[in-house]
Amino acid sequence: MTTLTHLQRLEAESIQIFREAFSESERPVMLYSVGKDSTVMLHLAMKAFAPSKLPFPLLHVDTTWKFQAMYEFRDRVVRDNGLELIEYHNPECIEKDINPFDHGTSLHVDLWKTEGLKQAVEKYGFDLGFGGARRDEEKSRAKERVFSLRSAQHRWDPKQQRPELWHLYNARKAPGESVRVFPLSNWTELDIWQYIYSEQIPIVPLYFSAPRPVVKRDGLWIMVDDERMRLEPGEEPEIRNVRFRTLGCYPLTGAIESDATTLPEIIREMLITTTSERMGRTVDHESAGSLEKKKQEGHF
Amino acid sequence: MPHVHDELLAVGIETYLERQEHKSMLRFITCGSVDDGKSTLIGRLLYDSKLVFEDHLATLEVDSKKVGTQGGELDFALLVDGLAAEREQGITIDVAYRFFSTERSKFIVADTPGHEQYTRNMVTGASTADLAVVLIDARKGVLTQTRRHSYLVSLLGIRHVVLAVNKIDLVDYSQEVFEQIESDYREFASQIGLNDVTCIPMSALAGDNITEVGSNMPWYQGVPLITHLENVKVDNELQSLPFRMPVQWVNRPDLDFRGFSGQIAGGTVQPGDSVRILPSGRTTTVERIVTYDGDLEEAVAGQSVTITLADEVDVSRGDVIATSLAPPGVADQFEAHIVWMDDQGMLPGRPYLLKIGARTVSATLAQPKYKVNVNTLEHVAARTLELNEIGVCNINLDRPIPFDPYDENRDMGGFILIDRFTNATVAAGLLHFALRRSDNVHWQAIEVDKHAHSLQKGQKPCVVWFTGLSGSGKSTIANIVEQKLLEQGRHTYLLDGDNVRHGLNKDLGFTDADRVENIRRVSEVSGLMVDAGLIVLVSFISPFAAERRMARERVEDGEFIEVYVKTPIEVAEERDPKGLYLKARRGELANFTGIDSPYEAPESPELIVDTTSLPPEAAADTIIGHLRERGFID
Repeated sequence: MTTLTHLQRLEAESIQIFREAFSESERPVMLYSVGKDSTVMLHLAMKAFAPSKLPFPLLHVDTTWKFQAMYEFRDRVVRDNGLELIEYHNPECIEKDINPFDHGTSLHVDLWKTEGLKQAVEKYGFDLGFGGARRDEEKSRAKERVFSLRSAQHRWDPKQQRPELWHLYNARKAPGESVRVFPLSNWTELDIWQYIYSEQIPIVPLYFSAPRPVVKRDGLWIMVDDERMRLEPGEEPEIRNVRFRTLGCYPLTGAIESDATTLPEIIREMLITTTSERMGRTVDHESAGSLEKKKQEGHF
Repeated sequence: MPHVHDELLAVGIETYLERQEHKSMLRFITCGSVDDGKSTLIGRLLYDSKLVFEDHLATLEVDSKKVGTQGGELDFALLVDGLAAEREQGITIDVAYRFFSTERSKFIVADTPGHEQYTRNMVTGASTADLAVVLIDARKGVLTQTRRHSYLVSLLGIRHVVLAVNKIDLVDYSQEVFEQIESDYREFASQIGLNDVTCIPMSALAGDNITEVGSNMPWYQGVPLITHLENVKVDNELQSLPFRMPVQWVNRPDLDFRGFSGQIAGGTVQPGDSVRILPSGRTTTVERIVTYDGDLEEAVAGQSVTITLADEVDVSRGDVIATSLAPPGVADQFEAHIVWMDDQGMLPGRPYLLKIGARTVSATLAQPKYKVNVNTLEHVAARTLELNEIGVCNINLDRPIPFDPYDENRDMGGFILIDRFTNATVAAGLLHFALRRSDNVHWQAIEVDKHAHSLQKGQKPCVVWFTGLSGSGKSTIANIVEQKLLEQGRHTYLLDGDNVRHGLNKDLGFTDADRVENIRRVSEVSGLMVDAGLIVLVSFISPFAAERRMARERVEDGEFIEVYVKTPIEVAEERDPKGLYLKARRGELANFTGIDSPYEAPESPELIVDTTSLPPEAAADTIIGHLRERGFID
């Protein structure tokens, strides 16, 4: 008898979800955000359809404020794997030069990402989007479905969510409605890292420690990634050995001081670390239950 | 996470990771209420054995002091609850999934809080669980809810049960109390077919017998909960089943490769194995087992793979590839347990979509044979099933499917039902056995067929279905249409309430379920009359879109003409030719369409006749004109 390891089981389940969702949709797309969860999700998707090529495009709803290293990594992944990438920028944000400094975190994220995603879904007529959310990220995610129905207005109605039994997923929807599918639902942060390690999946170098120019703001190390970074009076960038536990827009993403330059060291740090994952993202700090609220409004 | 620190320091990260690679995985469900200490138990498991991060811990400490029930001590229940807030936000409280791991295993816990909706939630959580932890308060012993939970556990085919006799500290760690509860429970469990039961006395709050035995119960000879969970092996059972793989997707990267992708639902497979494709029954041989990481020599239950076959056989999504030594049955009529999960009750006779494996078919349910009282396990007579009710029904499919009884293979015998209009998942079902083998079913060949009948009458048969509110003028218009057709020498028949309700359907009332059955019979009769070559005029309120669709599907494409006789309710009520609205308004007539029962207007009928602007005579001419245009009459 063969005993499957927990990673083999998680992998097989995610693949089953990919194939099921793809078979029951007209125009699927994968929401790709370049981070480690997206990277694992993409790796699983390629496994699900091999030897065929990935039968749907990636959609990157960009804010223009990501780390340079993320754009470089993204373009290399797309090129090396022969993928189709759709990059979307909310034209209203470009026109009004929406940025985290003048407009605040909440509006910045809302317009670029939440609004941008809605626009992209409508423009391309996607009826199903794969997302990399996990149930262990936050208390309110613990009861999220694998297949999550969104109304024609992109809203998540908790009352309309369907019971999910066995491995049977109901992907049916009325015209205009869409489905978000989360193949990583049952993965934990440790599973993700463990899988990256055992499958030797390349990730954005920002996850590894390196000397980087940073300033300290509200207790977080913020990296000065390009000349658009606005320094407060008296702020002087300093070089520190830092790395990121989560990636987003650089002015909004806190780094931690660390000397971990290899995957085992990262995992080791993570295992004995003291803060949970979303602490590094300022968006969650603004109001309690803000993730839940964002989800109802159509954020991933 | 004390164990992680210790282990890391002892062996170093590389060795630690190496060990992690060999972890197994177990899914379990916890059954019990907050009163039994369920949230405390889960919180304790998360705290003792997984990553409870420092910021979560800080929140826990603050909350424990603020709202905790443990006098300022850590209240583990708060790690998982947060339910009051959810209730306030109006979020459905159903199944939450929690994760924790030990050195040897990863665990996925389905946590189904709350008493309301309990059956639906527990069935959902249990459907993927390998094991159930049934909690009992040592002070209370085996209660009605213990029986209810255990029945659902056995119904859903969970073979391993842990009876967690919690709060044992509150009965002074009494061996006597524990043994009495154990013997009571075992007696009941064996009656419902639960044979693998492990009983563990514990205190989730104090930590006795969770990760360590401790010194409070020297009389207990067994292992603590976690050790027991780590030792449960489920791979064995799945792999010993006959090989089954529902095909999810036909993988065709180019003309040279044609593979069938799916997750193995039972058994093992190797290249060279003889397999049968169901339902077609073709036999061939497995050529390769392909994955992204290279070909496999063997694949086992639970793995997702792509299989190529030695012969060019026709295989599509929903088919099952199975060992030819023990293939599954194929049938289109079953007896099944149904767990109803929707606010809108089951309507016998209405077609629902049934999804099983990777296949979706159309299914109708007969009236339940009985429903089960989940507290007493008694069988109770029922005409329908409401939310959270469980019953046994016969079920009819529009085409045969491959299946195994649910008790043998969950993935081959478990299905969901989907409402065709709301798209909601309305029920879960468990197939038990086929009522007849479908290979015995074939239509009796009738030589004088529909074509012969219609040739004889010199017309193309069809159904003209009039739908609309009471008093909209359906029957008046239908009568004129029939007269006009008769004048032209057509062969017709008019079905309406007057000639059907008094005879064929006189056993039916006006409840939703009866309305569905009423229309089902009328559809069936009109279908037979179309076979007889007639132009059938049907005049019924027929308020539900689903039943009109059923009637449409009873005949061939293009043979059904839906005429929506459109009249605003105020106008119909004003006319009130039979005085029915008056009665309904006075409360003497229940379930009256438009008053206290809904009318679902057709979305895309072939014809709409607006009687506020079109007199009956002109409406009839419009319909005759349509029949002529469509070539039913010349």
